[in-house]
Amino acid sequence: MAGLAPSVAAPFTRSSPHVRRRQLVDALATGIMTLCAAAAVLVLLLILIFVTLNGLPALNLAFFIERPLPQGEAGGGVAPAILGTIEMLAVAAIIGVPIGMSTAIYLTEYGRGPFARLVSFLIDLIAGLPSIVIGVFVWAWLVRHVVGHYNGFAGGVALAIIMIPIVTRTVEETLRLVPDPLREASLGLGIARWKTILKIVLPTARAGIITGVVLSIARAGGETAPLLLTALGNQFFSVDLLQPVAALPVQIYNYARSPYEDWQVKAWGAALILIMLIGSLSLLSRWAATRRLGK
Amino acid sequence: MTSPRREVAGFTGASRLTSGGSASRGDRVFSVLVTLAAACVPLLLIAIFILLLLDALPAVQRYGLGFLASSDWDPVAEKFGAAAYIYGTVVTSVLAVLIAGPIGVACAVYVAEYAPKWLAEPVSFLITLLAAIPSIIYGLWGFRILAPIMRAAVEPFLKNTLGNVPAVGALFSGPTVGRDYLVAGVILAIMILPTITAVSREILRAVPNTQREGMLALGATRWETIQRAVLPYARSGIAGAVILGLARALGETMAVTMVIGNSSTQIRPSLFTPGYTLASAIANQFTEADKEIYFSAVVEIALVLLLVAGVMNVVARLLVWGVRGPLGSATRAG
Amino acid sequence: MKQWGVRPFLAALLMLVTACSPAAQPAPTAAPAVAAKPTTVPAPAASSAPAPSAASKPAASPAASPAAAASAPSVSITGPSAGEAKALNAAGATFPAPLYQKWFDEYAKITQVQVNYQAIGSGGGIKGIQDQTIDFGASDAPMTDEQLAAAKGGPIFHIPTALGAIVMTYNIPNVKTKLKFTGATIAGIFLGDIARWNDPKLVADNPDLAQINEDIVTVHRSDGSGTTFGFTDYLSTVSPDWQTRVGKATSVNWPVGLGGSGNPGVAGEVQQNPFSIGYVELIYAVGNKLDYGMVKNKAGQWIDPTLDSVTAAASAALTAIPADLRFSIVDASGDTSYSISTATWLLAYKTQTDQAKALALTRLLWWATHDGQKFNKDLQYAVVPDGLTAKSDQFIHQIVFNGQPVLP
Repeated sequence: MAGLAPSVAAPFTRSSPHVRRRQLVDALATGIMTLCAAAAVLVLLLILIFVTLNGLPALNLAFFIERPLPQGEAGGGVAPAILGTIEMLAVAAIIGVPIGMSTAIYLTEYGRGPFARLVSFLIDLIAGLPSIVIGVFVWAWLVRHVVGHYNGFAGGVALAIIMIPIVTRTVEETLRLVPDPLREASLGLGIARWKTILKIVLPTARAGIITGVVLSIARAGGETAPLLLTALGNQFFSVDLLQPVAALPVQIYNYARSPYEDWQVKAWGAALILIMLIGSLSLLSRWAATRRLGK
Repeated sequence: MTSPRREVAGFTGASRLTSGGSASRGDRVFSVLVTLAAACVPLLLIAIFILLLLDALPAVQRYGLGFLASSDWDPVAEKFGAAAYIYGTVVTSVLAVLIAGPIGVACAVYVAEYAPKWLAEPVSFLITLLAAIPSIIYGLWGFRILAPIMRAAVEPFLKNTLGNVPAVGALFSGPTVGRDYLVAGVILAIMILPTITAVSREILRAVPNTQREGMLALGATRWETIQRAVLPYARSGIAGAVILGLARALGETMAVTMVIGNSSTQIRPSLFTPGYTLASAIANQFTEADKEIYFSAVVEIALVLLLVAGVMNVVARLLVWGVRGPLGSATRAG
Repeated sequence: MKQWGVRPFLAALLMLVTACSPAAQPAPTAAPAVAAKPTTVPAPAASSAPAPSAASKPAASPAASPAAAASAPSVSITGPSAGEAKALNAAGATFPAPLYQKWFDEYAKITQVQVNYQAIGSGGGIKGIQDQTIDFGASDAPMTDEQLAAAKGGPIFHIPTALGAIVMTYNIPNVKTKLKFTGATIAGIFLGDIARWNDPKLVADNPDLAQINEDIVTVHRSDGSGTTFGFTDYLSTVSPDWQTRVGKATSVNWPVGLGGSGNPGVAGEVQQNPFSIGYVELIYAVGNKLDYGMVKNKAGQWIDPTLDSVTAAASAALTAIPADLRFSIVDASGDTSYSISTATWLLAYKTQTDQAKALALTRLLWWATHDGQKFNKDLQYAVVPDGLTAKSDQFIHQIVFNGQPVLP
């Protein structure tokens, strides 16, 4: 902990060579640690800078509101992909947030015994699933059978599966921070348990819940692999979620590998939009988290 | 007097006091709903496992364990052996952990032990931001920025220096194209760094201060305190953090598929070999596996990946929980 | 929070409005006419003209007309049609993707039918149509009997839409002369037997390569590819060694090299990696100013891949029109034929299950093989020979829904 005063460790015999060597090692270690942290931050900045520098030239009005043009023709935009990402994230949130929050409520307010421990354990397993495996599962279930063709709804479901563990864990942690006296007081007044949870505990934890939800949306928004297998892609605008739908990450993937310079610039531009989207969501979640519990 | 407690026995105890035996209908309905939602979790995992198993069954029955041992992947001749993919996954993930493990733990140590309070939070936040960057953007950056640098400068340098060292040289032989295990490993290392750092930081925070105070009182320098009191205490947790990073590296698809070369079904020692990982193989071949046995083989890869990632995660979580208790969303990094 | 949430909502709303406005509602017409009267074809494409002309006058259709012997009545496509689906989903080959994207862009302007085409490789197109996860597929590799048997919806028609050249594109700094390749040297390169650019076998045909002492980086397709099929078909024909060691398919066990995803991926890899060589459709090399080489054909001539050489190959190879329109034109005889030529097909089920989509599909297929052909040349694709179009016209008219042909 950085708070503990290292001066406590000032040795008495500071001129002894043995001590000097120890001090040297200590200084070296400090230097290395600092260097590592600086390197990590540097890499982050490098990535952000490159994306911004390479992506800015692509950003014009057409980029945001027009659809892609055939290969080799300059112009057009990625608007269907932006719309598609928003649509699928909405579907994912509608499915994933209630399930995630309910699971979190179960784990904190009701869970005791082996089943709850199992659920808690399995939540972590789902969090660790490779997203391509989730894509394969959703393809086999929704694309191949239930709907019968590639569709945006399946993409949304895949994103929901990715979102659920994140929502569950963050909401769970937030709910545990709500002090028990609050619940006890409410129950002591005769308020039913479910009302206590819905009207007292959840609103108290509102900031943390919003953080968790926004964070999960940000994370899901960047996923590519499952969407390749479910939503496929679309160069037209599509509000019909039972049809293939475009998505920003998939658009980036398609453009990035191409030899056309126009498309390469567009790939950076779309990457910039994606980062701005995710970045603003993350910042939003941090801002919501720093607000005090309650109000 | 309750501080925010990690156990909720108090709450359930209180509810037993007040509700007596007559839980209202609303309570019953609510608790059923909530339990059903929670039940989705194991249901989902079972569904994923079963669906994958059913689709992979033809390949499992036909190739058996040879699927894991043979590196011959030939759709024309209907021979499917995923050993090369497993090899690629292992090489890139191990490389990523070798790079990101020490650096990640060092970052965590810096943030937890060295950084002044005003710096610790921002630096920690920035490192966490690395995890928020979508993998496709890592792929794009790796493909367009890192790989050319690796091809033009880093790889020839390694080849000329380490390539001539007797034992190690085989790792750095062959044409340096910039699409190989090495570049994939480096990209993966950057991607798993925040995971390792975040979890390690939680672990280090969980080390009681008494350990540090004891060492310092004995006259240890800061580094010695960390090295001899803090790290050994946190050892298993940090191992868990590293394994969590490894698990994340195993499943990574998009960034890898753009820089790994997507080729070469032979297992060669050189890090400059283009290859496949399990995940990138699925991504490249899933939508076009047109024969049933081919499709089944690709799903079997997904099954293998599922099981390996699952086992890694279980092991890692057990190690992490051992140090800091069974709660934690430390990996919810963005 | 509320304030922050309003703007993206408005933006999405704005996009929705933009998207919906160009799609004018098609004017409801009388029921799709039984072809009793011949309809005249108005030149401006404002009105809807769903009924095909009963008279088999080829002059009714605006583009290159099929040979007079065809008895398939022609269809005129000048505007939206009542009863057709407004959207179709397709996936498949990257080989014709530039052409298809241009086509479907134009087609949407004419008929307001949005054909969503995703270029995921011929393998994806074949699997997609087998599984019926798309409405029609696209492939440069004709489906094998086994693949056809695995198709869930019954028989599939192959409708050829274009011919093209698979060119050997390379990136060798400082070599300005066009390289010359033979079947043997190409096979050697991709087998890994010829590993350096200054290998004597290459230098024999290309003296300029003598000073290029570099490893050859080969680039192939990592996804299931009809281009790969055409390329390996050629290599299997000219190199027995290739035939035994690798074979021909949309996905093969490549001995060496990098994998790129899609024709764009291969072109991108060649563009990025010096001293690399790959195989792509002509436009991907031309459009990106990549060098590509000549290939020695069966008659012993060095042929620069051009549209004429592709057409020559097709004429020489297709001495008879195959009944199901599956064919290969690699290694064609003739002095001017380009050896690595291939056709590309659209794959559609004979028995359709959705009436609106069936109508949209058949009209699209007709448009593609007639009106659409005028876009081929500028995009470096050769048009489909008349003999083939006559046959595909018949196929299009044989597409049925509920036992009835979709196009009257």
